Amino acid sequence: MTAQTAPSPASTPVARASSDSGSAPRSGAPLVALAGIDKVFQNGTIALSGLDLGIREGEFVSLLGPSGCGKSTALRILAGLIPASRGAIDWAGGGDAEAHQRDIGFVFQEPTLMPWANVADNVYLPLRLRGVSRRAASQAIDSCLSLVGLEQFAQSYPRELSGGMKMRVSIARALSLRPKLLLMDEPFAALDEITRFKLNDDILRLQKEFGCTIVFVTHSVFESVYLSSRIVVMAARPGRIIAGIDVDAPRPRDRDFRTTPAYGDYCRTASEALHGAMGHDEHL
Amino acid sequence: MNAQTSNPAADPATQPADSATLALTASDDAPRRGRDFTLVLRIGLPLALFAIVVWSWETYVRVAEVPHYILPAPSRIMETMIADWPLLFGSLLQTLETTFLGLSLAIMGGVGLAVLLSLSRAVEYSLYPYAVVLQVTPVVAIAPLLLIYMPQETAVLTCAWIVAFFPILSNTTLGLQSVDRNLLELFDLYGSARPKWAPRWLGTFIIRVKALYYLRGPAALPYFLGGLKIAGGLALIGAVVAEIAAGSAGAGSGLAYRIIESQFRLNIPRLFAALVLLSLTGVIIFLAMSAFSHMLLRRWHESAISQDK
Repeated sequence: MTAQTAPSPASTPVARASSDSGSAPRSGAPLVALAGIDKVFQNGTIALSGLDLGIREGEFVSLLGPSGCGKSTALRILAGLIPASRGAIDWAGGGDAEAHQRDIGFVFQEPTLMPWANVADNVYLPLRLRGVSRRAASQAIDSCLSLVGLEQFAQSYPRELSGGMKMRVSIARALSLRPKLLLMDEPFAALDEITRFKLNDDILRLQKEFGCTIVFVTHSVFESVYLSSRIVVMAARPGRIIAGIDVDAPRPRDRDFRTTPAYGDYCRTASEALHGAMGHDEHL
Repeated sequence: MNAQTSNPAADPATQPADSATLALTASDDAPRRGRDFTLVLRIGLPLALFAIVVWSWETYVRVAEVPHYILPAPSRIMETMIADWPLLFGSLLQTLETTFLGLSLAIMGGVGLAVLLSLSRAVEYSLYPYAVVLQVTPVVAIAPLLLIYMPQETAVLTCAWIVAFFPILSNTTLGLQSVDRNLLELFDLYGSARPKWAPRWLGTFIIRVKALYYLRGPAALPYFLGGLKIAGGLALIGAVVAEIAAGSAGAGSGLAYRIIESQFRLNIPRLFAALVLLSLTGVIIFLAMSAFSHMLLRRWHESAISQDK
């Protein structure tokens, strides 16, 4: 286990160092990196300051931090949804965010489904916007729905589904373009704990079957430890990275992992880092 | 439940299940019976009230011997309706034609303008204030003016169009702006790549049209249908107001003109008959619009989903 916490805002190199000190399972090639990202909103709020974050292929990176630490902002900048005020997004092989739109799947905190369309048509949306015909897309739609276990519900409408099922549709939609990088913005925060545990297992299985890289924003220590190969802890005002924790527990993981001593240790380390993040913030 | 209390030796595990089943069947049945009863009340009560009012009216006119040119009895109104049917039916068709033509033009104009407003800020800023002015000016005040510049039938149609136009425009505009913000971001992510062959402004335009077609249009549908329900009634009102303002002139004469004419000739039973036809028309338009709206929204929109689970 490698964990570094640093008290000062000038701690970003530490996080980078930790990500570089990764062990064998994470030796994937670099996929994308945020370099020196600042984000200042129009109202003057400094959301991010000097953010450096490298993502490697096959990683599961969690961005963990208190609300207002800019973790969602970082994810949106990575997706190209909002521009950074300063800094660069370096994709392996070059190209800007627009050129890599196809490589990105995005899952919001809310399921964000079109209420007027059935489940299959919701999953079809990204393909449809790319000009893929319904006939050509039907196999992709079916396989995405069966990946999340909803093949029975292709003709249902969103209002007929439970919260967890809606979120599965949202995930299936994000997978429909077979993205290299799946970005998830607190996707399970609004769900009950039982559903969340189930979806956590599903996400691990999906990553294994699908082989995509995942960046996952969360404010749950337990969720981040359970899922991640690396946890990036962020602090607020200004938003910055204060620690990187490599979770070197073997994958695939199942619920037995939650009862191992290692799991407890990682949770304690992450909690302490998070506590350090809160300590910087006199407003909390 | 008696069986359970008298037999304590029964397997305790089955008891909760039993009572649960009982409770389930009971609660399954009760709401349905309640719903049937509510339905009976909702149809029966207004009908009963109607019968009472008509009966009292009839009795009062007979007992007090009110002359029919002051207040005709319901029976007399019915007789007049049958006797004058060819005349009244012609007028009804005339009014219906004006109403539906006005409504159709209002739909085309309202939806068309709302789409234009959503595609271009410049168009929105320059046109919307005038649409509001058109709406807030009482149509009765415009009608005499229109009658000076236009043939009577066109003027009547224009009045129906003006009043029906605004609810469709404002509701559709609101609807086109009411897409889930996250869905628009999703659209940015997956659909905002500009076609390479197009110049920048055309690319932006194409993207806006795509967003309109895939997201804004469907999201606006419930709002548009809400506007349509209001506009249907208003188109009838506009037509009636214009006919009344037009007065006796012209050959084409709708139900409102029949009302004015009957008043001049003290043919009060016919006035009532025309009035009954007018309000029936209004009711039928409203029901038709509601049914149309329900048909389009029943699969997905909260407003059209029945209460039962």
